[in-house]
Amino acid sequence: MNLDLARWQFAVITVYHFLFVPLTIGLSLLVAGMQTVWVATGREHWLRMTRFWGRLFLINFAMGVVTGIVQEFQFGMNWSDYSRFVGDIFGAPLAIEGLLAFFLESTFLGLWIFGWDRLPKRVHLACIWLAAIGTVLSAYFILAANSWMQHPVGSVVNDAAGRAELRDFGAVLTNSTAVGAFLHTIMACFVTAGMFLLAISAWHLGRRRDAEVFRPSIRIGLVTVLIASLGVVVTGDLQARLMTEQQPMKMAAAEALYDTAAPASFSLFTIGSLDGSEEIWSLRVPRVLSFMATGSFDGSVEGVNQLQAAAEARYGPGDYTPNIPATYWTFRLMIGFGLLAALIAVAGLWFTRRRARRDVPRWFWIVAMVGLVLPFAANSVGWIFTEMGRQPWLVFGTLRTADGVSPSVGAGTVLTSFVVLTVLYGVLAVVNGVLMVRYAAAGAPPVDPDALDPDDTPRPLAVSY
Amino acid sequence: MSLNDVWFLLIAVLWTGYFVLDGFDFGVGMLLPAVARDETDRRVALGTIGPVWDGNEVWLIVAGGATFAAFPEWYASLFSGFYLALLLVLVALILRGIALEYRNKIDDGRWRRVWDRILVGSSVAPALLFGVAFANLARGVPLDADHEYTGTLLTLLNPYALLGGVTLVALFALHGAVFLALKTSGDVRVRARTAAIRAGVAVVPLGGAFLLWTALGYGPSWLLVPVVIAAAALVVATVLAGRDRDGWAFTATVAAIVAVVVTLFGSLYPDVMPSSTDPAHSLTVTNAASTPYTLTIMTWVAAVFTPIVLAYQAWTFWVFRRRLDRSTVGTEVGLPPRRTEATAR
Ligand code: HDD
Ligand code: HEM
Ligand code: HEM
Repeated sequence: MNLDLARWQFAVITVYHFLFVPLTIGLSLLVAGMQTVWVATGREHWLRMTRFWGRLFLINFAMGVVTGIVQEFQFGMNWSDYSRFVGDIFGAPLAIEGLLAFFLESTFLGLWIFGWDRLPKRVHLACIWLAAIGTVLSAYFILAANSWMQHPVGSVVNDAAGRAELRDFGAVLTNSTAVGAFLHTIMACFVTAGMFLLAISAWHLGRRRDAEVFRPSIRIGLVTVLIASLGVVVTGDLQARLMTEQQPMKMAAAEALYDTAAPASFSLFTIGSLDGSEEIWSLRVPRVLSFMATGSFDGSVEGVNQLQAAAEARYGPGDYTPNIPATYWTFRLMIGFGLLAALIAVAGLWFTRRRARRDVPRWFWIVAMVGLVLPFAANSVGWIFTEMGRQPWLVFGTLRTADGVSPSVGAGTVLTSFVVLTVLYGVLAVVNGVLMVRYAAAGAPPVDPDALDPDDTPRPLAVSY
Repeated sequence: MSLNDVWFLLIAVLWTGYFVLDGFDFGVGMLLPAVARDETDRRVALGTIGPVWDGNEVWLIVAGGATFAAFPEWYASLFSGFYLALLLVLVALILRGIALEYRNKIDDGRWRRVWDRILVGSSVAPALLFGVAFANLARGVPLDADHEYTGTLLTLLNPYALLGGVTLVALFALHGAVFLALKTSGDVRVRARTAAIRAGVAVVPLGGAFLLWTALGYGPSWLLVPVVIAAAALVVATVLAGRDRDGWAFTATVAAIVAVVVTLFGSLYPDVMPSSTDPAHSLTVTNAASTPYTLTIMTWVAAVFTPIVLAYQAWTFWVFRRRLDRSTVGTEVGLPPRRTEATAR
């Protein structure tokens, strides 16, 4: 009961945090790029773009920050035995993330917000770049921490002390799983930010408003989505290969492959219960799973039954199989949502090309706006897949989820915090959503670049609370 | 000094940084109704913390992360033990951040009023709760042989701890008022000084009693030194706040906060979480710590990056050094409320 609650709470709280994070990471870099163009060319519409997208970025950033605080403390609250067990290893990247990344991000973002007319142009530009670098660094360290749970390296278990101990910090930071997850996640962040530019620009262009700002914006968005989608596929393929090697059960669960097969086909869709009994109908692509898992079209992919037997032989009796329908569908949905986003980007690039003879069809604007949910959904199901596929392990092969939960915290307490945080997050989602929509719809106001030149005369701050 | 002691010290330093920096953010937040009569005043007051509050809050996050890395047992027992109190802190910090960032996004009196009320409450609550938590640490809490907390939320609400909570609220109010006096001019500054004197009059007896209780009841005798320093600094700050010495008054409140943290951490050492059930169950800098290898790595990282962070945060304060007044607050007011927009169309 306590365990289930703690798991649900972790899932809800973290997925919520990760709704804001990818947009922050992707958008900070894109806004920094826009401002760079403005500083380099002095063309005013780039300044307007920077201000417009920058403001939406900040509204989103605030949510990322406040939900991040909970992340930092919830390991101790709900997962105290886990914290005791992994602290020697897991704590370091977390602390370093704060020291290297969060300080950088938050300090330079403060300077960027309030420094428009206080700092020389180039110094001000450097501030948004430093903040953006901070977001990327933070992603690296937290993903290195998470990747150690997926694939523990550089450490040994000290049974006497009842904990895992760090032996090689370099190995934790250069963990192949971490490199893969980092590249894949950053690409996903760009897909997210690109779709964001696309959707909001589509809203304005569909109403024939402010093409000066939204036409370049939509092109940036489309190109970003297209390139990043490719990146997501390439890095995802890399991850799939690592996963097969490091957590074969996760790969078997992702395909609901019960018995070892060579070559193995990949099903796009299955009707049936996925419990290993006969399926009713499925749409299969031959040999693709073999390729995904091994890099060769006739590679052998191990099945759930064989892996379960092997795990029992190694770790003792128990259930080593994750929730198969969940992993099966989340894996497909992640890929599917991503491919749909890429498809929208291709269509958009075609419709908005410079020599287009005809107007962009109305349906495309609508599709582009609705498409905004795709990257957020893909990010969420991607993580749900990653984390549920690791079950029953909390640290793969080392610590079971059931052994990580706080022994002294009662179910009532967990439930209280779960309800309080969920209600609070729900309310904030509404507030944030309303502000986002209103600021997105308000468009980019005119700016007066001269007002941004720093000098010594006291006068109103260009930006403030 | 062993690495364990170094990390005990570093965590004390991180808390000092947090209380000094976010302390004035909390102070400004709680004093908002006292120092501001209208919206322009409020923007003057909040403008002083606007560029820095988020960077200040990261001191807490790093303190949490450092505790996890250096003393995992402490992190685990403390946060699972003080669960509901910590939950309240988190809720307050969430609300405070959102209130600061969103209050000026819609140009509507009611919208701002709601967020400003939330801001006041969510500035008082963490100060109170941090005080209660640290006092309980100093006093000792029920821990069993597995270092698991066996009390409840009510265990934490004893008179000594409540005094600690109230002290921290008053201390941050003083600190924030002095900070406001330093960073503003005009009416807000005048009112901030009045508030500083009032907070000072409250905090001197409260803080004196709390710190003396800590030193005599739960700590070694050398603690009387920081206690005397803290008391003297608080008196000096209160007196200077009434004169034209904002910079020195601020220095004095900073000194007082440093002395308070020294007293609290000094009362703990060499424990990090003393057990009131049985001293043998206490968590100490030795039995709560990570391996020497991890501590060594963390020490290097901290030694290289802490000075860099301090340098750029100091630079931020330099960039925003100018006093704010009614003529220099921002001109942005946010989008119109929906109602007027509808009538305009
Ligand atoms: C826009 C979002 C997005 C898109 C389009 C994709 N992914 Fe993904 N994927 C993520 C967003 C994501 C993620 C949310 O960022 C995850 C969760 C953990 C991680 O490292 O990234 C993830 C995890 C993840 C994992 C699990 C790694 C592990 O558990 O160790 C694999 C194997 C893939 N992805 C593979 C792919 C493939 C082959 C894709 C396309 C062909 C793909 N992903 C598209
Ligand atoms: C990067 C740092 C992360 C760490 C250290 C981490 C760690 C954990 C831990 C401790 C649990 C609870 C134990 C368990 O159920 O296995 C968990 C579960 C979960 N996490 Fe993560 N997580 C991270 C990132 C994320 C992100 C970004 C998401 C989603 C956006 C996510 C989604 C989930 C989900 C859905 C579960 C529940 C899985 C289940 O219990 O079946 N995680 N993770
Ligand atoms: C469960 C593990 C996680 C923890 C403990 C955690 C912790 C935090 C904390 C404390 C903050 C607030 C920082 C501030 O005040 O400036 C934050 C924000 C942030 N986190 Fe997380 N986080 C987690 C998951 C993730 C993941 C998986 C990523 C990236 C892949 C990520 C990237 C970020 C970024 C970029 C921010 C900046 C604010 C924003 O994104 O809007 N976090 N996180």
